[in-house]
Amino acid sequence: MILALAGNQNSGKTTLFNALTGSNQHVGNFPGVTVERKSGMVKGYKDCEIVDLPGIYSIRPYTQEEIVSTDFILKEHPDGIVNIVDATNIERNLYLSLQLLELKVPMVIALNMMDEVRANGGSIDVEKLSEILGVPVVPIAAAKGEGISELMETVYNTASRKVLPSVYDFCDSSSAVHRCIHAIVHLIQDHADMLGLPYRFCVTRLIEGDGDMDEQLGLNQNEKELIEHIVVEMEDSTGLDRNAALADMRYNFIEGAVDEAVIKSHESKEHRRSVAIDKVLTGKYTALPVFFLVMFLVFWLTFNAIGQRLSDLMAVGIENLTAAAAAGLEAYGLNPVVKSLVIDGIFAGVGSVLSFLPIVVTLFFFLSILEDTGYMARIAFVMDSLLRKIGLSGRSFVPMLMGFGCSVPAIMATRTLSSDRDRKMTILLTPYMSCSAKIPIYAVFSAAFFPKHAAFVMIGLYVTGIVVGILAALLFKSTLFRGNPVPFVMELPNYRLPSAKTVALLLWEKAKDFIERAFTIIFLGSMVIWFLQTFDSRLNVVVDSADSLLAIIGRFIAPVFGPVGFNDWRVATSLISGFTAKESVISTLAVLLGTSIDNLGTVLGSLFSPLTAVSFLVFTLLYTPCVAAIAAVRRELNSGLKTLTVVISQCVIAWIVSFIVYNIGGILL
Amino acid sequence: MTLDQLEIGKSGRITTVGGEGALRLRFLDMGLIPHTVVKMQKAAPLGDPIQILIRGYELTLRLEEAAKIEIEPEEAEE
Repeated sequence: MILALAGNQNSGKTTLFNALTGSNQHVGNFPGVTVERKSGMVKGYKDCEIVDLPGIYSIRPYTQEEIVSTDFILKEHPDGIVNIVDATNIERNLYLSLQLLELKVPMVIALNMMDEVRANGGSIDVEKLSEILGVPVVPIAAAKGEGISELMETVYNTASRKVLPSVYDFCDSSSAVHRCIHAIVHLIQDHADMLGLPYRFCVTRLIEGDGDMDEQLGLNQNEKELIEHIVVEMEDSTGLDRNAALADMRYNFIEGAVDEAVIKSHESKEHRRSVAIDKVLTGKYTALPVFFLVMFLVFWLTFNAIGQRLSDLMAVGIENLTAAAAAGLEAYGLNPVVKSLVIDGIFAGVGSVLSFLPIVVTLFFFLSILEDTGYMARIAFVMDSLLRKIGLSGRSFVPMLMGFGCSVPAIMATRTLSSDRDRKMTILLTPYMSCSAKIPIYAVFSAAFFPKHAAFVMIGLYVTGIVVGILAALLFKSTLFRGNPVPFVMELPNYRLPSAKTVALLLWEKAKDFIERAFTIIFLGSMVIWFLQTFDSRLNVVVDSADSLLAIIGRFIAPVFGPVGFNDWRVATSLISGFTAKESVISTLAVLLGTSIDNLGTVLGSLFSPLTAVSFLVFTLLYTPCVAAIAAVRRELNSGLKTLTVVISQCVIAWIVSFIVYNIGGILL
Repeated sequence: MTLDQLEIGKSGRITTVGGEGALRLRFLDMGLIPHTVVKMQKAAPLGDPIQILIRGYELTLRLEEAAKIEIEPEEAEE
């Protein structure tokens, strides 16, 4: 049995999905597009898979999210739909429900946040609502786990007995809209039945004129004209255009249903609390200071107080493990070349990356809390007019902020933007937001060269990235991406406490992803680099690392970096390895200098001066992102050539900015 | 008058919803339809966008978008 979980954004959909599936989740993509497809097996039910559709407000064919949701239901024929509805915001949530009912698939409405409704003196006559809507309605409180088993029982029964929604007429029977809908039903019902399409859904699409429904149904010119005539007549007698007339019909029906079945709560505690919190968080004078304070706190906790400490602990653990493994292999009498592969290649490469796992997880912990509490939406609200100046909307701020964690999920997060133009522009800008994998590079270098001003160097680098990003955005805005940004019409959900389970599952997912990368891309990278540096051009084991294959490649490329201050084959080589993953820059430098990451700082002085160190840091900040991020860019831009252009132009920009820094610095010092 | 001119704390009833294409459909889907009462809540710190209360939830939109929605002012508080 396959179920689809559909609902508005901020309706508690993820919480319900997590409650139903636990940690048994699979994350992928919908076919052909780049919208995330999450699915999982429902706990306690054999062979019952539930697919979490993207959060949508409507099923018009405008955004990718709306298209994949509709396509999934119409083409993959799920056995049932679980429609989650936020009971505290029932009118707008039911708007989507009415559209889903037209799809003629067994459906159950999960009325979420009923605990909040009750606590605020409201009540909902669930049986009445179920009668009006023609589908079972089950009250739940997903965050507390209440009603989940009743919900699944109802869903299972409805889906396995194939009980279809019994109501799909939402129009007043004496209205012009009613006449219009029914006249078109007569015209096209047999066409739709033959194609196996739900006819009410087809009629809605025909009236709204969205997409190519007339082509799909194979209507002839005569029928098309007749339908247009019927719709125009409806527009004339209602005084509303077709889209407004249908929206009006749906909201009228909902208002009627709400009047009958819902005793509205007085202004909810949660809403009052939200308004009170907003007085500070989006207040005229407090919003920006609070925003910067929050960002500062997140960074300080991640890169200093919590994340960094855990990282240090982990590094010690890995070091001990490596030492133990080395001793063990030595005692076993393993071939020295193989032992070198294991210890110097794999353990050194992967280990150095793994110790940064805590930083990544800590950052995602804070980002997910910002998202789940509802503050992320306020960031978009507060920052909108600033971002609009560079041609983007406030919503682009969120993916760009994620970019400070990791470019890969950040680029993936651009899918939430509804305009193709904004999406592409945000994708191009995100790599300028220095990702957390570059932190090890900054950390090692600033500790080695500017031990007293490490924080200042870090902040300086982040700001440089942002400034270059803004300049690039202004350039894009007036060249590649002329035109207007997307409409910015967005819900500001009530503030809520994030659920520990949702945060934990997200962290688990991110950690898994990071570890996977560490053991695939970085594992491979470490082996290749080890191979290149262990053997010379005749595949003999090298005695002096200056003879290695890698040294040959590095020497070939190094002169390019002369004008920016680091013409050295080891530096060139580490930058090449940074292409596989940014963390490798440091591990490669350590391997090439024949030292450990911890001691790297003491050796770096022989390669860099403080000025060339800065130039190098600026270059690593701006040059091409890692292969995983490039793959994500390619997926989103859907063009290899454009992706290549992005990669090359970033390397060129990085070189130019480093050149400026190095030469101006040279004059000043 | 249009929605962007509504004073903070005041309410109005929507008379016409303008705009085109995706923007207009978004308005309609979010519940901004004729006869709906909206209340101006606040403006963002930099003056734009604005935040309104509609159908019991908070919605944010830009001034230039709000200017496409005609309203008539309501005396009573929501």
